Amino acid sequence: MYPSRFQYEAPTTVEAAIDLLHRGGGEAKVLAGGQSLIPMMKLRFASPELLVDINHIPGLDYHRVDPDGSIHIGALCRHVDLEQSTTLADAQPVLAAVAPLVADPIVRTRGTLVGSLCHADPQGDWASAMVALDGQVVAQGPQGRRSIPVADFVAGPFQNVLAHDEVAVEAVVPAPAGTPAGGYLKLERRIGDFATAGVAVALDLVNGSVSRAGVGLTGVGSSTIAATDAAQALVGAALSPDAINRAADLAAEAAQPRSDHRGSASYKRQVVRTFVVRILTNVLESDERAA
Amino acid sequence: MTLDEVKIGGLGASRKRVEDNRFIRGTGNYVDDIVLPDMLHMEILRSPLAHARITSIDTSKAWEIPGVHLVLTGEMMAARNLAWMPTLSYDTQAVLATDKVRFQGQEVACVIADDPYTAKDACEAIVVDYEPLAPIVNPEQALAPDAPLIRDDKEGQADNVIFDWEVGDREATERAFAEADHVSTLDLHYPRSHPSPIEACGSIADFDRSTSKLTVYMTTQAPHIIRAAVALVAELPEHMIRIISPDLGGGFGNKVPVYPGYVASILASILLERPVKWIEDKSGNLISTGFGRDVYLKGELALRKDGKILGVRMHTDSDHGAFFADAQPSKFKIGLMHSTFACYDVGAAHLTARGVYTNKAPGGVAYRCSFRVTEAMFFQERMVQAAADELGIDQAEIRRMNFVRDDDFPHRTPFGFLTDSGQYGKCLEVGLEAVGYADFARQKEEARRRGRLLGIGISTMTEPLGAGNSREYDILGIKMFDSAELRVHTSGKAILRTGAKTQGQGHETTWGQIVAHELGIPAEDIIVEEGDTDTAPFGMGTYASRSTPVAGAAVSMVARKIRAKARKLAAHLLEVSEEDIEWELGRFYVRSAPDRGVTIQECAMAAYTNVPDGMEPGLENTAYYDPPNLTWPFACYIATVEVDPETGVWDVLNLVAVDDCGVRINPMIVEGQIMGGLTEAFAMASMQFITFDADGNCVGSNYMDYLLPTAWETPGFELHEVVTPCPHHPIGAKGVGECATVGGPAAFVNAVMDAISHTGVRNIDMPLLPDRVYEALSTGRDVSGAPPVKTDES
Amino acid sequence: MTSLFSEISPEPAADVPVRRITVTVNGQRRSADVEPRLLLAHLLRQAFRLTGTHTGCDTTNCGACTVLYDGQPVKSCTMLAVQADGHEVTTVEGLAGASELHPVQEGFRDEHGLQCGFCTPGMMLAAKALLDRNPDPTEDEVRWALSGNLCRCTGYQNIVKSVLWAADKMRGPDTGGGGDRHDEEQP
Repeated sequence: MYPSRFQYEAPTTVEAAIDLLHRGGGEAKVLAGGQSLIPMMKLRFASPELLVDINHIPGLDYHRVDPDGSIHIGALCRHVDLEQSTTLADAQPVLAAVAPLVADPIVRTRGTLVGSLCHADPQGDWASAMVALDGQVVAQGPQGRRSIPVADFVAGPFQNVLAHDEVAVEAVVPAPAGTPAGGYLKLERRIGDFATAGVAVALDLVNGSVSRAGVGLTGVGSSTIAATDAAQALVGAALSPDAINRAADLAAEAAQPRSDHRGSASYKRQVVRTFVVRILTNVLESDERAA
Repeated sequence: MTLDEVKIGGLGASRKRVEDNRFIRGTGNYVDDIVLPDMLHMEILRSPLAHARITSIDTSKAWEIPGVHLVLTGEMMAARNLAWMPTLSYDTQAVLATDKVRFQGQEVACVIADDPYTAKDACEAIVVDYEPLAPIVNPEQALAPDAPLIRDDKEGQADNVIFDWEVGDREATERAFAEADHVSTLDLHYPRSHPSPIEACGSIADFDRSTSKLTVYMTTQAPHIIRAAVALVAELPEHMIRIISPDLGGGFGNKVPVYPGYVASILASILLERPVKWIEDKSGNLISTGFGRDVYLKGELALRKDGKILGVRMHTDSDHGAFFADAQPSKFKIGLMHSTFACYDVGAAHLTARGVYTNKAPGGVAYRCSFRVTEAMFFQERMVQAAADELGIDQAEIRRMNFVRDDDFPHRTPFGFLTDSGQYGKCLEVGLEAVGYADFARQKEEARRRGRLLGIGISTMTEPLGAGNSREYDILGIKMFDSAELRVHTSGKAILRTGAKTQGQGHETTWGQIVAHELGIPAEDIIVEEGDTDTAPFGMGTYASRSTPVAGAAVSMVARKIRAKARKLAAHLLEVSEEDIEWELGRFYVRSAPDRGVTIQECAMAAYTNVPDGMEPGLENTAYYDPPNLTWPFACYIATVEVDPETGVWDVLNLVAVDDCGVRINPMIVEGQIMGGLTEAFAMASMQFITFDADGNCVGSNYMDYLLPTAWETPGFELHEVVTPCPHHPIGAKGVGECATVGGPAAFVNAVMDAISHTGVRNIDMPLLPDRVYEALSTGRDVSGAPPVKTDES
Repeated sequence: MTSLFSEISPEPAADVPVRRITVTVNGQRRSADVEPRLLLAHLLRQAFRLTGTHTGCDTTNCGACTVLYDGQPVKSCTMLAVQADGHEVTTVEGLAGASELHPVQEGFRDEHGLQCGFCTPGMMLAAKALLDRNPDPTEDEVRWALSGNLCRCTGYQNIVKSVLWAADKMRGPDTGGGGDRHDEEQP
């Protein structure tokens, strides 16, 4: 398989990249990891006129935890960096749980978290985690920077809200209001398969009580789903089997799956429900063990 | 002193593979690695629709693209009488579509250009107008009274039925069912699947006008058959065609048929007088080349209440796609489906088989099996398991009770095959012991009390391998022999060529071992070459686990011819009469004076330097081997699994394999074959399927949707062996490459069914994807047919 | 493109934008003029004639085209040749030293870790990357690290053994390794 012809530019500053995108007038695409874009170009599902390769822009490959506890992930931070990061493992269990489950180990050496968010695949893993964590995407355009909550950033299947001359330069996870807990589970038929269903649950715990909660669902709707009712059902009390079951039911209700060759809609709801229970039960049990 | 056979790399040596030296350095030579001067590149434009009339094809924009040399359409092929080609099953297949397209992915046009990128650009510039027709995507639709006619190109074809065939004794079977205490019935679907070697198909055709010779480098498992087919299709004389099959990146049956891409690249090279390379992309491979399976079964067993099988009745409906191109050389319409129940002593059996056309790719290749044997054994072992459950009989006991006994060989099966040898009961016992069968029942009960679902599944089978004796087989009228040619040089080193074609099985290693066994020449002194029709003796290629049973036997026989001549040379050198000569490995000696002897190497030197009067110099020969029968290996596979009741996900806890493939030439390679086969069995049972939506769109046209297991999902395997030498093979070997793929799937499925037996569910059709297992668990109902596609629940 | 695939017209068509790139391949600096759409796998195979890098699928699944890019395993059919400009690429041809094989290559031969050989270069490079990072992996860690590479022949069990063999060999005799530890576990 061979891509169509395109122009290629490799700017060395974000500003230059923005300028190129601006001139591209909507027919340009940003190339970061390329692990979704290049296959689509090979299959000729995508035929951009211009590729703006941002890999030559220095200083975008970072991930760090700021003193206030917020996490910042640059546009060129690869999945593998997050998978192997001890910083992340300590700071944010949900992101740490997602990292090794993205695609396959070779794809993870090139692909990026920010790129995955931009690709806005309803079966993308990172978006669910970011939605659960109230994460944001920082976009930079000719008028400067703006922060967009991931829940708003993903506009639909393979659609984001970036203007054609904006570059997503960073993803941000706000500081936790307490001890972060949670996890990510996905059902995939084999490594590298898209999710049949995936669930991200992110909690902040203060003295054993849930001070904040977020639930993001993968692959069970036309885009990433924020199961806000399920999350709300958890806030303000300690985790209990009853609360867990209620949240699981609400998450399953929030899912909008379609029946396809990965399973029926009701099956996918069942998986969502099961995974919410499993993640929260695990949190509950570790909490009890710690106590 | 007698040579140590294992030390010289003879029979039984786990000799490291000779071919690995190039593969681990990246210097293997696959078709796509070959570059010829002035070579052009071909890409194929495929139909996006499953069934449509072509109203027009406009190629003008494609011709305008710089770098494009030729655009081929069906019309241009038709002008040269090449729009259609014969198939190996005596049907016809479109090379490039003229009237209609009959499956999604069918070849419509080809572009030949300076490079494949440009060729692809030009394919995109071709405009085809289609008038969509109703697609037929399963046998039920194909057989409906008002079904559209798929093959309206064929005179006299009034419906979509390809064949309606029967075998066995109908009346005796009816009597058995009338006398039965219990009749067990089971409807099954063996889903459509694809062999899918990682390397797709490809060819480089190189027609030389000055010599009129056509050389084709090709991904083929059967170069000589291809030469015969090309001679037929292209109307070229055989001696002007040279087919070279270089290293193959796997085959598994996918690389047996003749595909339109090969034919188009040949015509393009003849027209352009330049080499033309065609390398198929993965989607093209999955969507258009020979699939395997896709058979629906209605099975019935007549049983005595103690579990004794009195009769077997089966009906199959098989989906062959748009062209009957089954790459199977038996004289039976549904291949060797009637080898089913060969390991059981059943009284009577009857099989009816109907094949139909549908709007899918043609094929029915023997995907790592001997022509529908995989379906036959799967159906058998699922039916036996279901019967055991219904009668409340232990699943090991029902098999034990019905096996053909060790002293009952050769055994005539009710369908007429003659099985050669085996120790079926022993294999089963070895497997049960290894898996801890007795204790597993206790573990299972204990687990169930804690809400965990464990299951154990057995699959036992014998299958006919090594196509085949000329009573039952031919290809285009050619007998299914195979051949070997051995040239021993002056120093006693040798070159061996066979008509087989390795594609990962390690012929370059094992053939040398057979020669070492027969002649005592160290295996490392023998170089093996295959795959070039100008140099190799005529052979029928490698598939159906036939290499060792047929070509391997030819290697033995040619070495024995060499030994017979060497014996005369030894008599001459030792100045005694031939009758006074004895043979031990690698050496002739005088019976009365064992110290007086000559080595095989000394005989080789004499063949060129010191032959007796009247003897022709040289030490080389050729053997053609027409096997007297098929070889019948036996295997027992036992899987244990745990099913997650909340998600339907199941994990393999243990897989025990007991293979009896007769004498093992290279145990390391045999074990490698078994593990590879088990992995494909696991893949079939768990995830690997190709299905179609109602419009005939293929789901599974790339590796995102066509799921092959990775190292992570694939379980570990525990291998055991039993050896029953084949009584009619020169070295007692039987085929092995396919046993695990054939027998393995039922072990996994039976294990999952055992784990959920409390629900009353009798069957989940493969693949046992988590959602299907969960559906069975939650509804208590069977889950049948291919996985549904885009069927939104109301 | 044209210049890479055809010897007959070495000059690319005039309207095709071409870039000159320089890549360090297996320690050697090599240059080529490429169209931006040329895939890295094709650069290696066509321009540099390093045909040990195979292409198996179109969708970044099979990993037959895996090479090391600045030491990290990547699927070279899912990168552009221009992206290799100024970078280091190691292919299977660069695994062995002048006189001896890399332990991973030895391991694959010793433990029968290959059959048709098509996935082998990608498997070995993925394995090398793992061992460079983790010299003493468990069986599960090997299976996990190789789960981006598909094999149709072996069933993976011997591939895993090959990598563990290589790990033993690379750690040397002082660490209790030495190459045959895993042989003893299997009959």
